[in-house]
Amino acid sequence: MIPLSLGRLTAANLFRHPTRTLLSFTSLAIAFLLFMLLNAITTAFSSGPSEGAVNRLVVDAKYSMTDNLPITYLQQIHALDGVASAASVSWFGGYYRDPKETFTTFSVNPREYFEILTDYDIAPEALARFEATRTGAVVSTALAEKYGWRVGDRVTLRGNIWPLADGSWDWEFEIVGTFTGNASQLSDTLFLLRQDYFDDAVISWAKNQVGFILLSVAKGHKPEDVASTIDALYENSSDPTRTASEDQYARQFVSQLGDIGLMSTAILSAVFFTILLLTGNTASQTFRERVPELAAMKTLGFTDASVAALVLGEAVVLCLAGGACGITIAFVMEPALNDSIGAVLGGLEMNMASALIGLALAAGIGVLIGVQPAWSAKRLSITDALRE
Amino acid sequence: MSDSTTALMSCRNIEKTYVKGREKVNVLSGINLDVAEGEFLALMGPSGSGKTTLLNLMGGLDHPTSGEILMNGRALQDLSSNELARWRSENVGFIFQFYNLLPVLSARNNVALPLLLTNLSASQRKKKAMTALKIVGLEARAKHKPRELSGGQQQRVAIARAIVSDPKLIVCDEPTGDLDRATADEILDLLQALNRDFGKTIIMVTHDPKAAERAGRLLHLDKGQLVGELVS
Repeated sequence: MIPLSLGRLTAANLFRHPTRTLLSFTSLAIAFLLFMLLNAITTAFSSGPSEGAVNRLVVDAKYSMTDNLPITYLQQIHALDGVASAASVSWFGGYYRDPKETFTTFSVNPREYFEILTDYDIAPEALARFEATRTGAVVSTALAEKYGWRVGDRVTLRGNIWPLADGSWDWEFEIVGTFTGNASQLSDTLFLLRQDYFDDAVISWAKNQVGFILLSVAKGHKPEDVASTIDALYENSSDPTRTASEDQYARQFVSQLGDIGLMSTAILSAVFFTILLLTGNTASQTFRERVPELAAMKTLGFTDASVAALVLGEAVVLCLAGGACGITIAFVMEPALNDSIGAVLGGLEMNMASALIGLALAAGIGVLIGVQPAWSAKRLSITDALRE
Repeated sequence: MSDSTTALMSCRNIEKTYVKGREKVNVLSGINLDVAEGEFLALMGPSGSGKTTLLNLMGGLDHPTSGEILMNGRALQDLSSNELARWRSENVGFIFQFYNLLPVLSARNNVALPLLLTNLSASQRKKKAMTALKIVGLEARAKHKPRELSGGQQQRVAIARAIVSDPKLIVCDEPTGDLDRATADEILDLLQALNRDFGKTIIMVTHDPKAAERAGRLLHLDKGQLVGELVS
């Protein structure tokens, strides 16, 4: 039998009603699991630009990201003063084998794309094969490892936006190389095909257009000046543009879904407020049941403060344990989450900073829950309580 | 018992008044009482006579409205709440009618509870708790929770808890009030043994004349005043 200590006394009190404690513990664990997940999602949506992204601009259709731009814009923009390089990038969509097996697929201009995205690392021979093979595709190393693809493998992607010219939906590609990227976790799930092959093979109504144009600003030029020049150039055309930094573009993309941070905060606030009410009510109920015991402890010589600290400590321990459990589950679930939805969100990362904030929040909730019963315990009159 | 020089505890002109709304209720008035070291004192009286209130004051659970309570020369009415708590932990053991054990703890840990306030090591606390349980004859039930014990056994655990810190004074509020006659007699035997063999000073509130017979001195209270004394 374990000797009595304050820790043992706290544990014994917490397990006075095992079912009640388990329910409170579970609700706290779920709340903090949600906290970690929403934090990871918010972080994924709001990650800042990479070092190389500072001098990169994205030219997109002015009124909607879903509108395309004429392919002729690429050469015109490339020729502008202040533009070092430009590449067209088009969303391909599609899936591999099963609609659930999706990843990010773009058609691009091979050399220009990798010239601009200096954060990506591709071997020269792989890039050369990509340029030499019309149906070639390069994929991120992580994606190749996930599906066991090797150079020379033929991969068929099933289109879900763009049919081929003959009306079929099966696009066949040859894997010609892999690349790595440190810009973001998006690079972990990239599949790139050639823009010229896409434009030749796609159905007629989809030809001669690109999703957006990615460019790098030449040294000595200001990105904002180049952006203004481009937008002014097409201001009165049938396809006006909106040019923004890569980071701004990413934020605009995310803002289509709404303010992720605000939504996340609203959901968490509702969850924690509910937890506070439910667990607080349970703590108060437990306190009322224990009044004679707490009075007996005071009789034995426990001071008002020590009895209050015991009651408060129990609430904090319960919340910390529930919080720690939820946070741990989030870390354990991270690989599985990335396998299932990581590609869509550009990678989910459970970070230690969120975990520490979560634990601090758990302790704070414990204090909020425990402060009222603790205060009542402190003020508890021995003689009144023993009379009840 | 009038010689205050040999008294363990002395009460002088004790008044206790409760305020209920606008009404003042005078529960005790003019109480003068000395309790000698090693004495077994019983307090009797009708309900509402102030027995438990007086016991609470002498046990340091409450402050008198006026008057003086001295134990070994120390004035309890001047002690702060924390000082009084410390004083109780060092000097008084409590036994209640309904035992007031912690249901989540084993008998041994219930007995060891007051020792958490000392500097004793875990092994020392365990040893002392087992010794106290041995004195009350419940060594074999050390691991049992209160709900697994009979009323008499729970009261024995409460007695072990009251003596584990080796206090000079034990105060008992209706210690046999919830027990059948035979079990009550066993508990009273135990209290007498603590008084006789271990020299503990015992102050016991009771309604039970048979329990009161075990005491060396019997005081009667009525309407907050001491009205009679019987020394056996």
